[in-house]
Amino acid sequence: MRLFKPKKIINTFMLGIVSTPLFAQQSNINMTEGVTGISNTVYSLHMTILYICIAIAFIVFGVMFWSLYSHRKSKGAVSASFHESTTVEIIWTAIPIVILIGMAIPSTQALILMEDTTKADITIQITGSQWKWHYRYFDHDLEYYSRSTTSQAEINNEIEKQAHYLNEVDNPLVLPINKKVRFLITADDVIHSWWVPAFAVKKDANPGFINEAWTKIDTPGTYRGQCAELCGKDHGFMPIVVTALEPAAFDDWLAQAQVTAKQQLQAEQQSLTKTMDMPTMMKIGEEVYNRTCAACHQVAGQGIPGAFPALQNSPIALGDIDKHINVVLQGASGTAMASFAKQLTKKELAAVITYERNAWGNNTGDIIQPSQIDAALNSINQ
Amino acid sequence: MSEIQLKDNADQTILDVPAIKIQTDHHGAPHGYKRWLFSTNHKDIGTLYLWFSLTMFFIGGAMAMVIRAELFQPGLQLIEPNFFNQMTTSHGLIMVFGAVMPAFVGLANWMLPLMIGAPDMALPRMNNWSFWILPFAFSLLLLSLFTEGGGPNFGWTFYPPLSTQFSPDSTAMFVFSIHLMGISSIMGAINVIVTILNMRAPGMTLMKMPMFVWTWLITAFLLIAVMPVLAGAVTMILTDKYFGTSFFDAAGGGDPVLFQHIFWFFGHPEVYIMILPSFGIISAIVPAFARKQLFGYHSMVYATVSIAILSFTVWAHHMFTVGLPLAAELFFMYCTMLISVPTGVKIFNWIATLWRGSITFEVPMLFSLAFIVLFTIGGFSGLMLAITPADFQYHDTYFVVAHFHYVLVTGAVFSIMAAAYYWLPKWTGYMFNESLGKWHFWCSLISVNILFFPMHFLGLAGMPRRIPDYALQFADINKIVSIGGFLFGLSQIIFVAVVIMAVRGGKKAPSKPWEGAEGLEWTVPSPAPYHTFDTPPEVK
Repeated sequence: MRLFKPKKIINTFMLGIVSTPLFAQQSNINMTEGVTGISNTVYSLHMTILYICIAIAFIVFGVMFWSLYSHRKSKGAVSASFHESTTVEIIWTAIPIVILIGMAIPSTQALILMEDTTKADITIQITGSQWKWHYRYFDHDLEYYSRSTTSQAEINNEIEKQAHYLNEVDNPLVLPINKKVRFLITADDVIHSWWVPAFAVKKDANPGFINEAWTKIDTPGTYRGQCAELCGKDHGFMPIVVTALEPAAFDDWLAQAQVTAKQQLQAEQQSLTKTMDMPTMMKIGEEVYNRTCAACHQVAGQGIPGAFPALQNSPIALGDIDKHINVVLQGASGTAMASFAKQLTKKELAAVITYERNAWGNNTGDIIQPSQIDAALNSINQ
Repeated sequence: MSEIQLKDNADQTILDVPAIKIQTDHHGAPHGYKRWLFSTNHKDIGTLYLWFSLTMFFIGGAMAMVIRAELFQPGLQLIEPNFFNQMTTSHGLIMVFGAVMPAFVGLANWMLPLMIGAPDMALPRMNNWSFWILPFAFSLLLLSLFTEGGGPNFGWTFYPPLSTQFSPDSTAMFVFSIHLMGISSIMGAINVIVTILNMRAPGMTLMKMPMFVWTWLITAFLLIAVMPVLAGAVTMILTDKYFGTSFFDAAGGGDPVLFQHIFWFFGHPEVYIMILPSFGIISAIVPAFARKQLFGYHSMVYATVSIAILSFTVWAHHMFTVGLPLAAELFFMYCTMLISVPTGVKIFNWIATLWRGSITFEVPMLFSLAFIVLFTIGGFSGLMLAITPADFQYHDTYFVVAHFHYVLVTGAVFSIMAAAYYWLPKWTGYMFNESLGKWHFWCSLISVNILFFPMHFLGLAGMPRRIPDYALQFADINKIVSIGGFLFGLSQIIFVAVVIMAVRGGKKAPSKPWEGAEGLEWTVPSPAPYHTFDTPPEVK
């Protein structure tokens, strides 16, 4: 069986170019012009300096190759004896300095503009963690995680790759156009870097510190980027997708998203009163586990020796329930185990812990109920 | 440059130097393994360094082949992401600390005493020690790949917290191997400085020293200045990970960005440590095959010193996206742009040396000319990267990967190849196979550009570095890059063949095999006797 069909992928991709407006201005060999004033400035700065470099290269290499051609010994060239000239040295020190000053002026102007994060219309807090992004709309009571939706089967070449392979997420960041959006960027675990080429925004997300950046998008559309700082095993699988909407459409989306979030919260409250049965919990748990935990602990719970502990037959998964709940909710300090209390709903947490205690021959028979998670969270908060 | 008068007939020249007669009476090299294990002879230690470097070049190269094989097409085919990260990390560490730096130290060992008319390095026992640390350092590093949890997987720049809280158990092995490499480098650097400052032949003033000696002298000072900084950085990583300190952990009052400042305060001068000796090599070879004295010797020396000084004021250009204040971004942008001025002066001087020369194209010259062009391309992309607003787009993409491989492979490595071809007759006593050498050059030149040039496009189109899998729009170019990579890797086998053949035999090399070559090293026979310049030559 052929796992990979390059032609087909190229065709799919070519279709993608034609059909999506995003790629209309996305070159495959050059920097994107982008869709913001800043990104246009950066693009023209890039092109100007590239052209200056090409011009210098033509002159310098031209002289060099002319010399190599015409001053060959085989052509009978006899070497001259000159070997020093202060005047010449001063000239070729001074000319580059003048060129550099010419480059520095527009660069300085652009940089001052890029670093001015004041007078923003809307503020988004971006938090990177292994290996997903979290977006929080300041003053709008809305926050959510954004994860890659590319399937393992695509990555492992078992099924055909989709057009936006590795560049697709479940919940894109939604932004209004023509508004100054300020980003507050940080991280939960290691350093990440939030990068959307179309905005010319790339800013490191440093754990424990907050960086600022901003953008003002000109055109509605979908813009894609990815994490740009090595952040561990799945650094390559941490995409960013931004949907830019007209301000009115954005307001509608925001209102709708807030309603949905409220409904989810209510559903969560209701789930606390219900008692779940094993098959349901195992089914939900498996789905949550494969989406959230399998990257490190692996699908069959065997972990990666020396890097990520196994859950199959592990003292935690077979031992004290409260301890197990605690590790999942709060993480384990000094290790890569993150806190999942905010990342998953109580029902999902209960299900995934149930799954870990009963899958792969762990068979403890324990069913964790959402109410137990709620109780554990309450005692942590106290 | 050195004003020693050399006659056209090389064989005649030897007889004119009285020191040579004494050499033939002196005892030769010891036999067996003891010759190498206990050696205090600069030539033997130089040879050890060079073979070690070649070995590491192939081990690091094999890792690059694994990386390029995985990136040949989208999707994961051969290796897991965690192992991919171990490959990129080890490839970087091995090439920087195992291949390029020891190659330059090997060249320094062999050539510095010969160039300044000294009988050996000033501190021969320390010389032995600084070499023999290296096999242990790299065994430790390579063995860590076989531990449970694998070897270092946090990039050769080992940014915390990835390299502390989130790193594999083998991180201690990584830290200790870096410590050993650092000790070795510092000892090597001390030896170079002491040798150059104290053991020059009578009449060889500082401003008569060959450029290779000058560049190595400056490099050695850079090494002494920054290797302890690296040692400090890895030690803090060690204590953060194992002993509960929080230098780089915000939760304990530390700052992960502090690490980056410390690392790049080492890292940027380190870049020049890997290129300044190249400048010295090119400044020796270009005049030799242009049959014309190096143009602007004095300005070359001053330019090298300026580059070395400026190299301490540009480190944060590696961290423009880390969240620096505007003033810092501007300062580091201006300083970085400024560095292109002395670098430009060097390139202009080489071209002025070529101008109205009498040029021939032997293999060392071919590599040197390729160096001038391709290193300059790396310089151009370096200038582009200096422009902070544009760097926000380039940073941590394949554009950066393309840039530093142009500077380090077609720069540093090509100059090492040029040096090897240039001095191989002096080392082995035999001329190498010229046509095989040319095959090596042309195969390398073509494949290296197929390998690294398209990486510029990948980076500009938005492909981040250090990813094991990529989006579909990067597929075509990655395939081309990988093919270039395999071809470049294969081409280096020709080099090994040329070297082995030249060691085993061939046409006898005269003491001065290159018509236009200048310098004391060409006044001793080929191969250079075990002991040279027991009586110092007189430099006029």
